[in-house]
Amino acid sequence: VCIHRVRSCSSIRFIKSKYVCVFDKSALKFSHQQRLFRTSAVSCGQIVQFKLSDIGEGITEVTVKEWYIKEGDSVSQFDSICEVQSDKASVTITSRYDGIIRKLHYSIDDIAFVGKPLVDIEIDTSKGVAPEEDVVETPPMSHEEHTHQEIKGHKTLATPAVRRLAMENNIKLSEVVGTGKDNRILKEDILNYLAKQTGAILPPSPKAEMVPALGKTETVPAAPKDKARKIPVPVSRPIVFSGKDKTEPVTGFQKAMVKTMSAALKIPHFGYSDEVDLTQLVQLREELKPLAEIRGVKLSFMPFFIKAASLGLLQYPILNASLDENCQNVTYKASHNIGVAMDTEQGLIVPNVKNVQVCSVFDIAVELNRLQSLGSAGQLGTSDLTGGTFTLSNIGTIGGTYAKPVILPPEVAIGALGKIQVLPRFNSKGEVFKAQIMNVSWSADHRIIDGATMARFSNLWKSYLENPASMLLDLK
Amino acid sequence: MVLQSLKNCLWLSCVLRPPKACFWSTASGGLIIQSVSNDVYQNLAVEDWIHDHMDLEQQQVLFLWRNSPAVVIGRHQNPWQECNLRLLRQKNIKLARRRSGGGTVYHDLGNINLTFFTTRKKYERMENLKLVVKALKALRPQLDVHVTDRYDILLDRQYKISGTAAKLGRTSAYHHCTLLCNADKFVLSSVLKSPYKGLKSNATPSVPALVKNLFEEDPSLTSEMLLDAIAKEYAVQHQIDQHITLINPADETLLPGISNRTKELQTWEWVYGKTPKFSVSTCLNMAYKDSVLDVKVNMDVKHGRIEVCNIDLPEQWLPPGLYSELVKSLIGSKFCPNETTTLVTTLLRVCPQDDELHSRWSLLCENMIRLM
Repeated sequence: VCIHRVRSCSSIRFIKSKYVCVFDKSALKFSHQQRLFRTSAVSCGQIVQFKLSDIGEGITEVTVKEWYIKEGDSVSQFDSICEVQSDKASVTITSRYDGIIRKLHYSIDDIAFVGKPLVDIEIDTSKGVAPEEDVVETPPMSHEEHTHQEIKGHKTLATPAVRRLAMENNIKLSEVVGTGKDNRILKEDILNYLAKQTGAILPPSPKAEMVPALGKTETVPAAPKDKARKIPVPVSRPIVFSGKDKTEPVTGFQKAMVKTMSAALKIPHFGYSDEVDLTQLVQLREELKPLAEIRGVKLSFMPFFIKAASLGLLQYPILNASLDENCQNVTYKASHNIGVAMDTEQGLIVPNVKNVQVCSVFDIAVELNRLQSLGSAGQLGTSDLTGGTFTLSNIGTIGGTYAKPVILPPEVAIGALGKIQVLPRFNSKGEVFKAQIMNVSWSADHRIIDGATMARFSNLWKSYLENPASMLLDLK
Repeated sequence: MVLQSLKNCLWLSCVLRPPKACFWSTASGGLIIQSVSNDVYQNLAVEDWIHDHMDLEQQQVLFLWRNSPAVVIGRHQNPWQECNLRLLRQKNIKLARRRSGGGTVYHDLGNINLTFFTTRKKYERMENLKLVVKALKALRPQLDVHVTDRYDILLDRQYKISGTAAKLGRTSAYHHCTLLCNADKFVLSSVLKSPYKGLKSNATPSVPALVKNLFEEDPSLTSEMLLDAIAKEYAVQHQIDQHITLINPADETLLPGISNRTKELQTWEWVYGKTPKFSVSTCLNMAYKDSVLDVKVNMDVKHGRIEVCNIDLPEQWLPPGLYSELVKSLIGSKFCPNETTTLVTTLLRVCPQDDELHSRWSLLCENMIRLM
């Protein structure tokens, strides 16, 4: 009876496989309803009740904790269906069939019973045995075992989709190394095998690296062999790319960025850039680094940049101001709370060092250390992240020279620092010397700040850094 | 070391394919391995790997491991309900969610973990625990230890020294348990006490128990001694050599794919996102300018993200536009203090620069964040 069913289906099957290439599964389902298949004695979608199998230890009931599939999803044999729990044991229930989930008999937190139906699966019985017989030497077998093959006494596990791919490419499954569970042959394994045969360039798959040593060493001799064999352009095998677009909602950090940047867009920005010769500062820092270390603090360049900015702001307080919503009033902030842009795993955050105007360079270094460790642990508090009046972004630690930073409202200015490069420069005697050059790019709110102010502030800031001794004169 | 890695390679080639002639032919069914790492995520990843990749028909496996301070919750548990997350963050104690069921435990180097890997058919928790008890008694005959029908091991009939959990897959299964040798009981009890009020969920609850360290009963006992004793008993029962193979969970050649598994176990989506749906219904007592405001808060959290959020503020306490912005931002965002902090501080940037408003906002947000 079984064989008869297969035979009468086979001719219809042939037509169906053409459709499979062109349409997706839902179209296939639709064609089921059309007259085409009614005439055969077989119903090609048979609903099977998949019962909850024995858990062991005499357990009769479990709690359903999570569904991995929903009604309408298609599953392959061995795919996980759900997670159930019983008395401290968590059990993954896997599907015994390929097909489409038609009904879930339980909801989350329901009690499920061993031996009773868990899900209804519609099995596509027309995925018969015929094509596999063309490719591999297998004896005819019953429907239940159609995904297992006995080849030279060695079981090969593969889903029908994988076997079809093998068949289409005239590959013997026995020659493919399986890297899936229980040595199952996966699609990646077929693709890998294909790549070695034809020298076709396939998108790198992470599993490809995992194929044991023989995979890697074979690719080297394969190349000359291929050259000798092939003369014309390779046959255009369709390059199989199984990547899919992924859509995610914008939440959390990203949402915050969207809000901030949309508000920033309203600010008319102008930019001003310059280069700073940090040769002397580099030397100074080298001298001071060990002193700071003794006190348990890591000293970078930022504390100097921040302090110099604060000294500059004392002379040009409009850069440390805030413009109200209606552009009616400008508030000159007394505190210099200088924000430092930080790149964390989650995204960009800008904690600020409070009251830099009364802090020493060392104080700033201590505070930066604290903010940095909290930042990387994801434990910054609200007070660390609010109240900023001016921001510096040291993008140079990652790379780059000039940038176009975006002002963070309600501030009116921001500076982006490029990387420090060793470049040739001329000194006052006209000689070339090695200079440590860093570029700075400022952006400011053109509604209340003009280019001249920005330029003068930048020059002052630059002079403090190019000649650190001058900072001593004005340090508060 | 070379010999060790050679042995590991042999072991690898042995386990990846159904072995016809296994190099461990002496193994009439057993292999004992111990992790060289104390990282809870790496060790849990090894469990996963063995569960998915090893053929346990030919040999069963005993895996021995210890972790630096960590709290491990069961697959279907709610970390907010089970432990003091604030304290964990402060003390830098890791939080991990394992794939097996059961309750929450605290690990440190004074606790040993034992995982018994078998085929699904040979899954037998009672036998494993009896093995452990037998090993303990062989080491110290005077110890009063026994297995309860809840699969706990009790010392002196009242103190829990071991808890159990299990994971069953299609063809393989594992049963793991803890064993308290010399853990920090003070930290244990403080981290396993949740300060979060008003949580309602169907997550598996833990059953608190009085615990004791074996070390307290007999100060001559060390973790190493216990590990050896258990390995010895396992070897005897499985008729194998008492040889412990050391495993490095960072070794990608030995355990292909292990670093991805380790990473997955550390993701927020796994640790927090797998929490079953729950609701928070509580009252914030905010002290503001000589008065105390009672603010009712109701939130529904699904997959670790806020689905529904209601904050019962006095009228006009915050400008209505700002309040709705706050709620809108919170919905869909992670029930996580870090995420919320970023959101609320950002929102502050785009609202009127008013000191009074800012202090009210900060007060409310600080209180909301404390719920997470």
